Amino acid sequence: MTDFARRFLRSRSGMIGLILLLTLVLMAIFADLLFPGDPWRMAGRPNLPPFSKGFLFGTDQLGRDVAAGIMHGARMSLMIGFASSVVAIGVGVLVGAVAGYSSGIVDDLLMRLTEFFQTIPSFMLAIVLVAIFSPTLGSIVAAIAVVSWPPIARLVRAEFLTLRQRDFVKAAQVGGHSQSNIILHQILPNALSPVIVMASLMVASAILIESGLSFLGLGDRNYITWGFMIGAGRTMIRHAWWLSAIPGLAIFVTVLALNLFGQGLSDVLNPRLSRSNRT
Amino acid sequence: MKQLATAALLALTTAFAAHADEPQKGGTLNMVVQPEPPTVMLGLNKLGPVSFVGSKIYEGLITFAPDMTPQPLLAKSWEISEDGLSYTFHLREGVKWHDGAPFTSADVIYSFSEFLPKAFSRTKRVMSFVEEMTAPDEHTVVFKLKEPYAAFLIIFEVTGGTMVPKHIYEGTDIFKNPANDHPIGTGPFKFDEWNKGSYIHLVRNDDYWQDGKPYLDDLYFRIIPDANSRAIAFEQGQVDLLRGGDVENFEVSRLTAMDGVEMTEKGWEFYDPLAIININTRNAPLDNVKVRQAISYALDRQFMIDAVFGGFGKPAYGPMTERTPYYDPSVLTDYTFDLDKAKALMAESGVTAQNGVYATLDLMPLPYGETWQRQAEYIRQQLKEIGIETNVVSVDVPGWVERTTSGKFDITTNFIYLLGDPAMGVGQTYQSDNQLGRGTAANVDGYENPEIDRIFAEAGKTLDPAKRKAFYAQAQEILSRDAPVIWSHAMSYPTVYRSKIKNLITTAPGLNETFADVWIAK
Repeated sequence: MTDFARRFLRSRSGMIGLILLLTLVLMAIFADLLFPGDPWRMAGRPNLPPFSKGFLFGTDQLGRDVAAGIMHGARMSLMIGFASSVVAIGVGVLVGAVAGYSSGIVDDLLMRLTEFFQTIPSFMLAIVLVAIFSPTLGSIVAAIAVVSWPPIARLVRAEFLTLRQRDFVKAAQVGGHSQSNIILHQILPNALSPVIVMASLMVASAILIESGLSFLGLGDRNYITWGFMIGAGRTMIRHAWWLSAIPGLAIFVTVLALNLFGQGLSDVLNPRLSRSNRT
Repeated sequence: MKQLATAALLALTTAFAAHADEPQKGGTLNMVVQPEPPTVMLGLNKLGPVSFVGSKIYEGLITFAPDMTPQPLLAKSWEISEDGLSYTFHLREGVKWHDGAPFTSADVIYSFSEFLPKAFSRTKRVMSFVEEMTAPDEHTVVFKLKEPYAAFLIIFEVTGGTMVPKHIYEGTDIFKNPANDHPIGTGPFKFDEWNKGSYIHLVRNDDYWQDGKPYLDDLYFRIIPDANSRAIAFEQGQVDLLRGGDVENFEVSRLTAMDGVEMTEKGWEFYDPLAIININTRNAPLDNVKVRQAISYALDRQFMIDAVFGGFGKPAYGPMTERTPYYDPSVLTDYTFDLDKAKALMAESGVTAQNGVYATLDLMPLPYGETWQRQAEYIRQQLKEIGIETNVVSVDVPGWVERTTSGKFDITTNFIYLLGDPAMGVGQTYQSDNQLGRGTAANVDGYENPEIDRIFAEAGKTLDPAKRKAFYAQAQEILSRDAPVIWSHAMSYPTVYRSKIKNLITTAPGLNETFADVWIAK
C-alpha cells in the first residue's frame, strides 16, 4: 500500500486529478454549510452578473444563486456518477466473470446479450429508459448503469480468459476449490486493476450522461443539477452567458479531474503500459 | 429658385407618401409556425399553429373588429330578431371553393350541423342551443335558437365556425378524408406544399371573392424548432414576422430595437389569453377555500410577469381580463402578494401540519417550453414558503392534455382563451356540468357551486347588456373570493414584424385573420 501511494504521489496527472476530485467532494459535503437552505430559493435580484456583491457567480433569471446551484449540483453529479458506476461495475464484473470463466454456451449467450446493449447508442437508450420510467433519481441511476456495464463485462471477460489458463488457477482447480471460490478469490483480484482504471473514467461518462439528460429536461426536477442549470440558462445565453458557462465549466473540471485521476491510477496499476515508468 | 426646389421636393415627398399608402401587389411573406402543426385542416383541429396557418385557407361567416363588433366576411350581412331567437345570414354571392365549386348555404348548414360538432367541442356545445337551421335559398341561412344566447355570434368566426366544403366531405369519414392533406377552403390563399419539418407553402388564390386581393403572392410558414434559431432567422431576414411565443419574451426588446422592426401587442382581443394555475379541488387540502386563497396570496404575480414572462402581461385576480366585456375590477378580491397573509390563512385553514408541512402535492408544469418551467419553479418555491411541498411532474404535451382533462393532477399551470364574451369563454371553466373530457379550458378543477351555475346560465340567456353586467359582476365577485383556480396574469403576446409589412393586424383575431389585406412595401 505504501508502495502504491508512493508511486501515485509521483504521478503528476494523478495528483492533480486527485486534488481536484477531493475539492469537488468537499464542495459536495459542505454545500449545506456554505450555502445553507434550498438552492432553488430566490436569493437576490434576477440576472446579476458574476462577482456581484454576495453572489460570486451571479444569479439566474429568477434570482437564484448560481454558486449555490454549483455547490449543491456537485453533490448530485458526484452522487449519480458514483452510484451508477457502482451498479454498472457490479453487473459488468458479474457478467464478464461468469462468461470468461465458464466459456461455451453460457459465454456465447452472455456475450450476445452484451453486444445487444453495445449496438444501441448509449445516450439514446438512456433517454428512452428515463422517459419511460419517468425521471426520478433511481430511474436515472438505473438507466445510466444499464447503458454503462457492457464495456466492463467485456474487459473482465478478456482478463478471465487469459487468467483462466494460468498455473495458479489450474492448481486451485486441482486442489478442489469451488468455482465461486476460484472466481472470487483467485482470478478476480488479479483482474481488478484495469477495472479500477476504467471505473474512474466511467464515473466521468456517467456524469456527462446525467448532465445530458438534465439538459434535455429529463432530470429529477426536485434536485438542482449542472445539466439542468445549463439547459435552463441556454435560452438566455445572449443576455446572461454565465448561467450556462459556469455550470459548463464545473462539468468540464469534474470530467477532467476524473480522467487525470484515472490516468494516475493507470500509471500505478499498469506499470508496464505506463509512460512514466518506461524510461 | 430655392423655394421652387423646396416646393418640388415637397410635392415629391407627398407623392411618395401617397404611393406608400397605396397597397402594392406581389411579394412573399415569410413567417414561423411554432410548433409544427399536426394538420392545417382548420375544421378538424383548432390548436394555435393550426389556426394560424388554416385561417389563410379557410374562412368563417364573420370576423371581429378590435372592439369585438362583428364584421362581414363570407356573410355580407345578418339580422337578429328582437327576441334574440332567430339569426339570418345573407351570404356573399360568387364565392368559390379552391376546387372551383360554388360556396352556398348548403355548405354552411353542413358545416354547422354535421362537420364541426363532430370535430370541436365548443361548436358542438353552441350548436346544442340551436332548435333548427334552414336555408331558404342558396345564399341565406337561418338559425333558430331554443332560448336566447347572448354570445351566439362568436361561434361564426373562422376557428369556431370554419366553413368546410360539403361536396367533398359529405358521406365520408371526415377524419380520414384525403382532402385533409390538401385542404380546400374559400380563403385568399391556397394550399400548395407541406415539406414536413421544413415549411408550409400557401399560394395566392386568383379566384378569391375580393377583387384584386390578396396582395401577396405567397406565404411561407417556416418550421424552426429552436427558439434561439428563430430569433436568428428573424435577425438575418429569413423570416419577417414572429408571433408571440416564437421567441422568448426577453428577446423581444432586442429584436424590436433593430432598424425597421416594429412590435405590437394588439390582435389578441378575441382570444384574450389568461394564464391560470389549475387547482384540483377534488383533492384535499385543495378543497379548502382558505388553502386556495393562501396559494393566491403567496404568488407575486408582477414578479412572475417581469422575471419569467419578459414583462408582458398584467396581474389577474379574477376570471376576466381588461379586454373581456363586462370585466369589473371593483368586485375582485385583492390578491396582491402578501406572504404573511398567506401563512396566516394556512394556519387558520384547519389543515394540520406535520413538521411545518401541510401537504405534499404534485405540480405539473405546462410543457410548452422553458418559460412555463421557470414559472413552475417559482410557484414551487412560493408554495414551500407557506408549507406546501411539491413534486414536479414532467410530462409531454399529449401526457399533459390527458392528465389535465381526466383530473389526474393536483396543481398544473395552464392558459385559457376567453373568446370575446363571458358566455363563450369564461363560464366553461367554472360551470359544474362541464368538467372532465371536455378540453383543457373546461372545469378540470372539479369546482361545483350551484350559485355560479345559475348565474352563468341566466347571464347567457340575457340579452340586455345592463343586466348581463350585473350578473357577471356577481360571478366575478364569487369566483375571485372562492379561487377555484389561481389566476396568474392576463397574457400579452408581442408580435414582432418588419415595418414594411402593412395592414398586418387589423382585427380582434389578429394573426389568425385571412391576410387578404396584408401587403409588403417595396
